[in-house]
Amino acid sequence: MAKITAHDLAKKQKEISVAEFFERNKHILGFGNPTRALITSVKEGVDNGLDVCEEVNILPEIYVEIKNHEDGECKVIVEDNGPGIVKKQIKHIFGRLLYGSRFHAIRQSRGQQGIGISAVVLYGQLTTGKHAKVTSKIQEDRPATVIELAIDTNKNRAEVISRDIVHWEKPSGTRVEINIMADYKRGKHFVYEYLQNTSVVNPHAQITFKEPDGTEHFFERTSETLPRESVEIKPHPYGAELGTLIKMAKHTKSRKLSAFLKNEFTSMGDRTAKAACEKANLERDLNPKEMTREQFLALHKAFKKVKIMAPPTDCLSPIGETLIKRSLKHETKEISPEFIIIASRPPSTYSGNPFQVEVGLVYGGNLPKDTTVKVMRFANRVPLLYQQGGCATTTAISSIDWRRYGFDQKSGKGMPSGPAIFLIHVSSTLIPFTSESKEAIADVPEIENEIKLALRICARKVQHHIHKKVKRKKTREKFELITKILPEIAKKSSKMLDKPVPILDAVITKIMDIVWIEDLIEYEKVSGKATEKPVQTTLLEGPSERHDSGTITKSKIMVVNYKRTSQKFNLYATIPKDAVVGTVNPKPVKIKSNYIKWNLDTIPSADKIDINFELAGLEEGDFDENDIYIENINPSYVIGANKWEGEQS
Amino acid sequence: MRKDYADVIKKIDSVASKIYDDLEKTEIPFIQLPTRSKSNIEFNEKFNVWKYGKNKIQRSAKSLDGAYMLLRTMYMVDFIKEMIKIKKSSTLREMYYISEGWDLAKFHSQNESNSLAEDLEVITSCMREDFKLRPEEDGARVIGNITIEEITRNNRKKKIHCQDDVGDSGYSIPYNVEPEKISFKSADVDFIIAIETGGMFDRLVENRFDSSYRALLVHLKGQPARSTRRFIRRLNEEKNIPVLVFTDCDPWSFRIFASVAYGAIKTAHISEYLATPSSQYLGVTPSDIENYDLPTDKLTKEDIKSLKSELSDPRFQDSFWKNEIKLQLKLGKKSEQQALAKYGLDYVTDTYLPEKLAEMGMIKK
Repeated sequence: MAKITAHDLAKKQKEISVAEFFERNKHILGFGNPTRALITSVKEGVDNGLDVCEEVNILPEIYVEIKNHEDGECKVIVEDNGPGIVKKQIKHIFGRLLYGSRFHAIRQSRGQQGIGISAVVLYGQLTTGKHAKVTSKIQEDRPATVIELAIDTNKNRAEVISRDIVHWEKPSGTRVEINIMADYKRGKHFVYEYLQNTSVVNPHAQITFKEPDGTEHFFERTSETLPRESVEIKPHPYGAELGTLIKMAKHTKSRKLSAFLKNEFTSMGDRTAKAACEKANLERDLNPKEMTREQFLALHKAFKKVKIMAPPTDCLSPIGETLIKRSLKHETKEISPEFIIIASRPPSTYSGNPFQVEVGLVYGGNLPKDTTVKVMRFANRVPLLYQQGGCATTTAISSIDWRRYGFDQKSGKGMPSGPAIFLIHVSSTLIPFTSESKEAIADVPEIENEIKLALRICARKVQHHIHKKVKRKKTREKFELITKILPEIAKKSSKMLDKPVPILDAVITKIMDIVWIEDLIEYEKVSGKATEKPVQTTLLEGPSERHDSGTITKSKIMVVNYKRTSQKFNLYATIPKDAVVGTVNPKPVKIKSNYIKWNLDTIPSADKIDINFELAGLEEGDFDENDIYIENINPSYVIGANKWEGEQS
Repeated sequence: MRKDYADVIKKIDSVASKIYDDLEKTEIPFIQLPTRSKSNIEFNEKFNVWKYGKNKIQRSAKSLDGAYMLLRTMYMVDFIKEMIKIKKSSTLREMYYISEGWDLAKFHSQNESNSLAEDLEVITSCMREDFKLRPEEDGARVIGNITIEEITRNNRKKKIHCQDDVGDSGYSIPYNVEPEKISFKSADVDFIIAIETGGMFDRLVENRFDSSYRALLVHLKGQPARSTRRFIRRLNEEKNIPVLVFTDCDPWSFRIFASVAYGAIKTAHISEYLATPSSQYLGVTPSDIENYDLPTDKLTKEDIKSLKSELSDPRFQDSFWKNEIKLQLKLGKKSEQQALAKYGLDYVTDTYLPEKLAEMGMIKK
């Protein structure tokens, strides 16, 4: 056999076109089959729309339409009310893979890789041979641009097929129309679920979905407030890889190593920069552009040895407890759940990347009791629909023994069964996905642990809730019956003995032998000009905007002492962090951002006390249940409140 | 027509007084009574029977169940007092139906009302008859050479010879067998055989075992009624006639014997009136299964559980019962009285009973 030379091999060596690369890897990009392809296409369009609206502080209005004119072919239309795209950028954004503004920025956003929408264009082109159509309008008084484009797969460049100018009603926005091979029949359900879930974690967005048959689904906006703007941050040394470090050094404007560290990284001050240099045995005034690989390696290693502050977390934009609750409440209306519980963890970091976990739990109502709980997973406000099994959220859920919290679970491991929906939202500047299709969060121990902690908080609250409810119901039944039975006993015995009926109040109190706490929440609509603005009783930091109109939430707590002796104890009522406290009666001893505390004066036996407080800045139903805690009294004496465990719970 | 009920009324009023006084003192009302379970029966040396021990339970209005019980108790004592006043009586079942109108105090089942009536007996040391309450079940049947004088509802004395004056179904024991109702005029028999099943009773009657062996045959009808046990006890006591119990061979039948001989757990407060401590168990014993090679059935799970529970029952602690129960658990089998028919219809009267009676020294071989 003839010897094959390097020259022979060279004949075969050539650049791989993006089209070929895409064709071979379409499964990892989320185009593995016609059903997935449909959802991925919708998703990329919607994610872009939401991201871009938030970037320019516009409340998003997203319109999704699917036309299914031919068997196996769909036209996906996604429209947003964002700022539009300047003419010359359109072809780059839609016609080049790996092109985008968000890839380099370290901040929380939906899209990250810049593969997104152009991959959809390419997929459509490869499967249908049709071009994508993009309409964009950037200014209210100007017409919109319509561009039809294709991707030159050899050059990874857009090819503009036609360009036109049209009139468009919208003040501004972008509309894409892409024909793709897709299985609408099967994908329909997922598209709906994806949009519904998106609406849950994006309460500020309004989403319309029009099906091929003309049916329109409208996912309402439940919050008029845009999410907190996520701030761009510099990379944290813990997360920087050696290659990135070298590249950053090459491009820096800093001339000294210490300055480079301080300027290009987050959490690096004079002291940490100095410490890192010392650990790496490098001069501080070394020119970073002239450093050797070995020196970079030493620096990279030194990062791990120096104690560096965690990155700032204001770059994250969590949804917030009240909004999650409001959205879940809105979306689960038909289930009429018994209660909805939200728990959020403070921000944390993994490998220098900030992240934060929020968890919601919808319980009871029409939810089936004997099936596995439903899990809604989200990463940076994007629903994850596939690969649930391989997701850190699943690992976290499965590692908790849910039997302790009243769920069914085989041998205390795996997915629990019960009438519940779990919502898990992870926000991060860099979500560690298991693959490019971004369907599952990798098992990063720090993230998994935070999810677990948040789930446990929820679970404990569920337990408290159920426990409190059962106890209260039992006691109430007992009370009602005792107040009927005892007089009957007295009547019968006195009749038989021909004696006067004795007075029973004291005996009933002795039989109950508890402190009974009951609460009631009412809402009162107030107009914008209302002068009865709630009076703040303490100096409380908090948003001062938009609580002068809307709804006042009025909470009333009744404490009745059915013990034989007088009682004196402390009472806590938790309140949402984003609420503003109005009138409080009696005077509390403390008002914190998440609770109000009273030292109740001695309540004589068979006497009662009413507690009232008002909350503003919430909508009707945001605060629908008092969470009451007690201190300095045996918790088993008290019905309707749990033991105060300290501030964190 | 008979005794003075003043004492009963006094005792019943004292139940109401206890509750009334508690309420007036603003105490949570309660009633105390002995625990009526297997764990709380003790052998009473004086009467030679098993009676309730010292364990007490409290029915207190502190719990909802307790409060309900107290209310029902009040209703029941009131009802009893009323019946005494208007000189009526009712069956336990009638009282249960009457309690339907007791509103909050009504019972969920007749078992509950029966059981409360028993509780009241225990609390007041009165008998059910004092409360003008009758059981539902009629007494069992009797055939043999004895003469009974019964005071009928017309208040006439009537003598009944339990062979000549009755048909083959025998004399029927009334619910009240106290001296004011019946007395034994003559009894010319050597022993009483108390038989569990009607089939065996009729077999012995048909084979004229009562005549040929000078036996008084009493049909127990399963777990015997109070009146049947009281009837046997009185004959044993007054006429000095030995009592033999003839049942199936299974744990439930052993309990029938125990209730005749030692007193039943439910009625342990009046064991000295109902139980006949000298009663002997005739058969069928687990040993008989082996000795007579009787047809058997396998013990069920419940049978086994029940046998094991009997091993811890204080009434079955003598060596005879311990050995027999252990043997039965080992055999894993049970048998019926009528299984003796394997050897022919006359086998029980011609062979089995004579052999057993001789063994027990009741007849000479």
